Amino acid sequence: MQSTVDKKLIRKVIFASSVGTLIEWYDFYIFGSLAPIIAMQFFPKTNPTAALLSTLATFAAGFIVRPFGALVFGRLGDKVGRKYTFLLTLILMGGATFAIGLIPGYDKIGFLAPILVLLLRLVQGLALGGEYGGAATYVAEHAPENRRGYFTSWIQTTATLGLLLSLGIILFTRQSMSADSAESIRIFEDWGWRIPFWFSVVLVGMSVYIRLKMHESPAFSKLKAEGKTSVNPIKESLMKKANLKMVLLALFGATMGQGVVWYTGQFYAQTFLENVCKIDFEQTRTIIIWAIIFATPLFIFFGNLSDKIGRKWIIMVGLLSAVLLYRPIYQQMLNITSTQGISVDVSKTRIQSVLSPISGKNYSLQTRATFTNFDNGIVEKKIHVDTLMASGIEVPQIIDKVSKELPTDRYWILVGLIFLQILFVTMSYGPIAAFLVEMFPTKIRYTSMSLPYHLGNGVFGGLTPFIAVLLGTMYTGDLLVGLWYPIAVAALCLVIGTVYLSNKIDTNVND
Amino acid sequence: MNAVKKFLGIIWMVIAVLSYGILLKTALTQISVKPTTDTLVQWSIFVVIFFPIAIGFLIFGWLAFKGAYDRLPNSSDEMGS
Repeated sequence: MQSTVDKKLIRKVIFASSVGTLIEWYDFYIFGSLAPIIAMQFFPKTNPTAALLSTLATFAAGFIVRPFGALVFGRLGDKVGRKYTFLLTLILMGGATFAIGLIPGYDKIGFLAPILVLLLRLVQGLALGGEYGGAATYVAEHAPENRRGYFTSWIQTTATLGLLLSLGIILFTRQSMSADSAESIRIFEDWGWRIPFWFSVVLVGMSVYIRLKMHESPAFSKLKAEGKTSVNPIKESLMKKANLKMVLLALFGATMGQGVVWYTGQFYAQTFLENVCKIDFEQTRTIIIWAIIFATPLFIFFGNLSDKIGRKWIIMVGLLSAVLLYRPIYQQMLNITSTQGISVDVSKTRIQSVLSPISGKNYSLQTRATFTNFDNGIVEKKIHVDTLMASGIEVPQIIDKVSKELPTDRYWILVGLIFLQILFVTMSYGPIAAFLVEMFPTKIRYTSMSLPYHLGNGVFGGLTPFIAVLLGTMYTGDLLVGLWYPIAVAALCLVIGTVYLSNKIDTNVND
Repeated sequence: MNAVKKFLGIIWMVIAVLSYGILLKTALTQISVKPTTDTLVQWSIFVVIFFPIAIGFLIFGWLAFKGAYDRLPNSSDEMGS
């Protein structure tokens, strides 16, 4: 009977924690997924200050403030309790996301618009920094000692599922604004992009309701009842040598490698497909969506396996696979999507031309789409836009966009290649919550595990797509040069983890 | 194994200093080649954000060199008090 009650309780704990964490990831990722539209609405490139704010808001703020969120909310979680802290982070995240969807554009309120977006993005990053450690700690402190990896792995699925939810809702909204596809995309870019932000408030409302019904973690309640909570968790985490050495080991021996693997497999892969392979917007996203759907159960598999054979070697094999296979995988992605040297089926080439008058102006925009069918089944779409003056003179514009649509067989091979990358993610990320929880004592656990996690994931991992693209612009001769950053970081982490980490599972987390 | 851990500690300290030095040099080169606001902001962020991380890696190397990782605690209980 007791065991049935315990099982029910742990399921409730996992559900309440996972739903909230998933929503926080959703909130965090819709901003990234909609970055080009947000930039158009709030950050006109013609204005240098607005462009500066754009760089800060879209590239830096969200990721870089995550470790600060870890410190601020980690401290609160170790002093006040896990439950109320991660309730607060959820409300902050939901409020900030909803508010981004309400801000009038730059054309309506000027500079206030990008400033508000930047501030709200900072709040999002801070909230996320506080959320994950709370949820992982809360679940781990409820879980039986021999199943901690399995139960915390549910929390590990939430980041990937949050990304999946954000991609799904964006695609769905983009298609549902009108029966006409082109009109639907136009409305979405005009104001429909706000819907995914507003939708967040519904999700957060449900999650807050569920979490309010939960109790404080038993380990923390016991500590609090005995008056043994930490007076200054940040000081104890970072100033005490015995703890500082474990914080550093967690960062350099596990989370920094895991962070770059996570963001390469799920974010840089998307950027690479769209910008280097030139795959069409929707196909790129559906490829990622399918790969995520197939790979997500493996988080649970590896979490569960880590209860049996230990956490360390699963994480290390994930890192090793990434180091050895990233370049062959990305080379294969290039080969599959290439049209170089492939003959063209001229009979199927077609051109579509649309003339769009601009109200109040003496010119129209002429959009020409050329569809070229290659013998390997790839259809290339080239869009060229000219300005057509009332006098009939054509003024060429620099709007040339190329995108490719893949045939079914190549599409599924790409799904397989992304799946492989997410497989490495599930190995390195699935067991890591249990691994981090077991490294630190209850009274400073929230702070101590959150800091290396968010430095590893937010800074090393979050900057991966940006650094990889930047390397590509610096060394233009090699299309795969961007991969050297995640490969180098993962390799360094692999050596440190292999030499210094222990594979022993700490059965008692109630210390 | 403990000797390897200690020796690698020296390597980590060298990597910490070298990699941050390379980052700083690259940042200065890139900013001088393309002195736009975007370049300045991006590279300044890298330089600032990776500074404490480089210090952390240096400390990690130092601790490894001094034998702090020769024996890891068997449970978090050993670190708790």
